[in-house]
Amino acid sequence: MRELALNILDIAENSVKAGASLVRVLVEAKDGRLTIEISDNGCGMDAEFVKRVTDPFTTTRTTRKVGMGIPLFKMAAEMADGTFSITSEKGVGTTVTATFVLDHIDRAPLGDLADTVVTLIGGECRSDFVFDVRVNGKGFVFDTRELKAELDGVPVGEPEVLVFVRDMIKENLIDIGGEKL
Amino acid sequence: MKSIADIKAIRDKMKPQINLRDNLDAEQETRIVVGMATCGISAGARPVFNAFVDDIASRQLKNVKVTRTGCMGMCALEPIVEVHVPGQDPVTYVHVDPDKARKIVANHIVNGNVCTEYLIGENK
Repeated sequence: MRELALNILDIAENSVKAGASLVRVLVEAKDGRLTIEISDNGCGMDAEFVKRVTDPFTTTRTTRKVGMGIPLFKMAAEMADGTFSITSEKGVGTTVTATFVLDHIDRAPLGDLADTVVTLIGGECRSDFVFDVRVNGKGFVFDTRELKAELDGVPVGEPEVLVFVRDMIKENLIDIGGEKL
Repeated sequence: MKSIADIKAIRDKMKPQINLRDNLDAEQETRIVVGMATCGISAGARPVFNAFVDDIASRQLKNVKVTRTGCMGMCALEPIVEVHVPGQDPVTYVHVDPDKARKIVANHIVNGNVCTEYLIGENK
């Protein structure tokens, strides 16, 4: 994983697989720290599983015995002198939070957040997403529920819609200085 | 700067096409499925997904959907893409990159010629 936006894609994809109807992604750069939080209202995990979830040999999959998404995100945070936490409640949802020292030499770049958004909302995804990006007091929020209301029945996953969304997010990121994170 | 409200022009253009498509059999739809588990993402599945989206949008191809799935079980061959054309057997491409994705759209989706050099049998 060379970009934190890829970690966001991976964790949020897990939220979709966990049956979440709403996934919130917060990216905030403030006071020299970068915070990434992904929260969902999916099936959640019990306390015993949460304790083991950062172990790469813990997974819910039955086809193989490794689950690398969470351990890689935790490692990315720890390499940048950051913190990592995961809270979850069965039947309620899960919140994954990682912080990074912004100017740490080993902090991975945020990368292409717009491509991550397009990949998540594309396809036949039924989950809604809220992307909240804040950089030193400036910010923007992209909510797929608002997009669906404007589209009035035209699927979000239509390629022309996705290209529009990607351009819109790139413009907003440049406007708040988020493209350099 | 664009906002969500600016999507109205695209909506108005697409709505009649969507209504027309809704009347067609769903089985007439071509599906491009990109593996998007941790293995696929770290091997480059996201740019591949976006290359398919871009090329299909720029060619204005109708009835073609790009979608994603989890781990396909062959992590060493990621990014893996399955192409489902109605009435034909599914085709599995491996080690796909954005350039290969554009060639798959041009040769397979548009012209009906499978890109045999990217098939799983050629890359084991």
